[in-house]
Amino acid sequence: MTPSVAIGLDAGSTTFKAVAVDAGGRVLAARVEPASPRVEEQARRVVGELRAAAGPVAADARVGATGYGRKRIPAALALTEITCHARGAFSRTRRPGVLVDVGGQDTKVIRVGPAGEVLDFAMNDKCAAGTGRFLEVILGRLHVPLDAVGEHVARAAGAVAVSSTCTVFAESEVISLVADGAPIEGIVKGLHQALASRVATLARTTAGGGAEVFMSGGVALNAAMVEALGKALGKPIAVVPEPQLVGALGAALAVMAR
Amino acid sequence: MLRRMQYEAAGRIGAPFLAALEAWQRRLRPRGAPRESPFGPPLEATRKLKELMTAHYFQGRYADGAVPVAWVTSGFPVEVLRPLGFHAVYPENHAALCGVRRIVPELSDAAEAEGYARDLCSYARTDVGSLLTGSTPVGRLPRPDLLACCTNICQTVLYWYRALAAKLGVPLVLVDTPYVYGEAKPHHRAYVRAQLEELVAVAERVSGRKIDPEELAEATRKAKEGSELWGECLAAATSKPAPWTGFDGFFHIAPIVTLRGTDACNAYYRLLRDELCDRVRRGVGGIRREEHRLLWDNLPIWFAVREISTTLAERGFNFVCTSYTNAWAEAGSRVDPADPLGSAGVAYTHVILNQDLRHRLDTLRRLAREYQVDGAVLHSDRSCKPYSVGQVDLKERLAAELGLRVLLLEADHNDPRAWASEQADNRLTAFMESFA
Repeated sequence: MTPSVAIGLDAGSTTFKAVAVDAGGRVLAARVEPASPRVEEQARRVVGELRAAAGPVAADARVGATGYGRKRIPAALALTEITCHARGAFSRTRRPGVLVDVGGQDTKVIRVGPAGEVLDFAMNDKCAAGTGRFLEVILGRLHVPLDAVGEHVARAAGAVAVSSTCTVFAESEVISLVADGAPIEGIVKGLHQALASRVATLARTTAGGGAEVFMSGGVALNAAMVEALGKALGKPIAVVPEPQLVGALGAALAVMAR
Repeated sequence: MLRRMQYEAAGRIGAPFLAALEAWQRRLRPRGAPRESPFGPPLEATRKLKELMTAHYFQGRYADGAVPVAWVTSGFPVEVLRPLGFHAVYPENHAALCGVRRIVPELSDAAEAEGYARDLCSYARTDVGSLLTGSTPVGRLPRPDLLACCTNICQTVLYWYRALAAKLGVPLVLVDTPYVYGEAKPHHRAYVRAQLEELVAVAERVSGRKIDPEELAEATRKAKEGSELWGECLAAATSKPAPWTGFDGFFHIAPIVTLRGTDACNAYYRLLRDELCDRVRRGVGGIRREEHRLLWDNLPIWFAVREISTTLAERGFNFVCTSYTNAWAEAGSRVDPADPLGSAGVAYTHVILNQDLRHRLDTLRRLAREYQVDGAVLHSDRSCKPYSVGQVDLKERLAAELGLRVLLLEADHNDPRAWASEQADNRLTAFMESFA
């Protein structure tokens, strides 16, 4: 018998995401919190909280896990973020296309087939320059909080060119730019363009020419980034609803289907 | 004279003694409960392979001063050196051995401290580092009297061997093979043949012997036969289930690389072929549960072969063919004992890395069909640019034309510092999940 509620956990490198969904894929409860190094403990606590929030129907809910911490979580099913993001995104869009997930530690470009299956994918190599960490490190250096990014980009008169080769080098480059009096708004805009160009290059190795492009992951909450990526790819990007929960949602749906 | 006696004794007495000692130690080793393994029963021939390669490297310790010694690149027509009594050492094979033993970082550090860039091929850094430190898993490598380099595998070997020649003060012979689009032109063939004639002159001078045409024809015949036997071993994996894994092939390739043109090489591959054919008849697979068959492109990731093959085998995936091991099976068809130098020129010019991308694609397509694979992993090798260039296009074509699922896996064939185990595992697992 298919259980009526399933729980999906996405133990990412930066944030821990969790959802409880019903058989129709509706989110009954969700959690997003900073990732703890004690992932087993965090998972146990969050599962307890979700069970309580979703009510008695969730008492026997099975757990599906994804993200880098998935192997350390006691779960009925563990799948990679690639499979879970594709599944979670498709459950919301119901359309094939190219899904871009810019996560904290890696960026994934996934070609999703007409049934929500993974046809192909590419990830950034062992380097954080194309990931959310790139933005986080440098915005931190500029003392620009994430919720003020949009405002900064909108105010920028022009973009200041920033290299996207390496997060560490870009950080020192930004320090020099600030010292030389470059406007913070322009640097923030330049950063978004640099990251977008890096992600777009990765997307081109996988994306089918005319395919619709979707975006999931925490960075999709940053409208300036979505816009910059759309410009770099030359097409509009559709953000999957509740983008940060997409991986956890995919894990919940996968364990529900087992 | 004494040195020659030591060399002969090392081959005839020392190496068999080491093999017997190893067999005795193996029998004495306590055996625990059999572990749950995703692999099929181990190949019997592996023991013979170890004996053969141990003997080669053990005898090599006593080679310099006893017989002429040549250090050669893997794509060099070594059969030309056999009749002159050369002991051939393959720095690439030795470097791979260092890779498997995971000593490359310390060797590479030594080479980098000498000024060699980390972006240089990790085989070259391993080799230079081993030379600088004297560190090697084989005890000792004999000093060369001759360096023999063929540019059919890459241009790096040219600079690598020039650096060795400067350091060691020994002659370097270079066989420069023009890159082939389609088929080598007559002037290409003449150009390579002329260089092989020069090689003969230099090798004769270094060895102090004249080449006997009959012996050269015989070595060429053996090299051709060895290549064909190796091809038969690989072809056994067209059966379902494949009787071994493509990753087994990475290790069993050693004799066709280092002992090509010798009786020992061919005797070994007859033994291996017979065992593989027997496994095919009995339906014994390289992995216990073969559900998906894959193709591997590019060099192995020597330090992670076991890790990758286990990850895959546990989920029923087997690499049944690799473009790398196939390269040594392909060479034989163009070799002609009636025209050793002319045919060697043609055969060695047409190796996979010296041909255009269309040939690569044709080879991968042919392997995919013959071995009935449903997916491919293209290893984008940081250290081997000639092998890695074009893989994004190859990936697209294999997926579009043959419906294969294809993964591009970034790594390095010999330097574990360019390898992130967790990230690689994530990619391989996601790739396998996409078959569900």
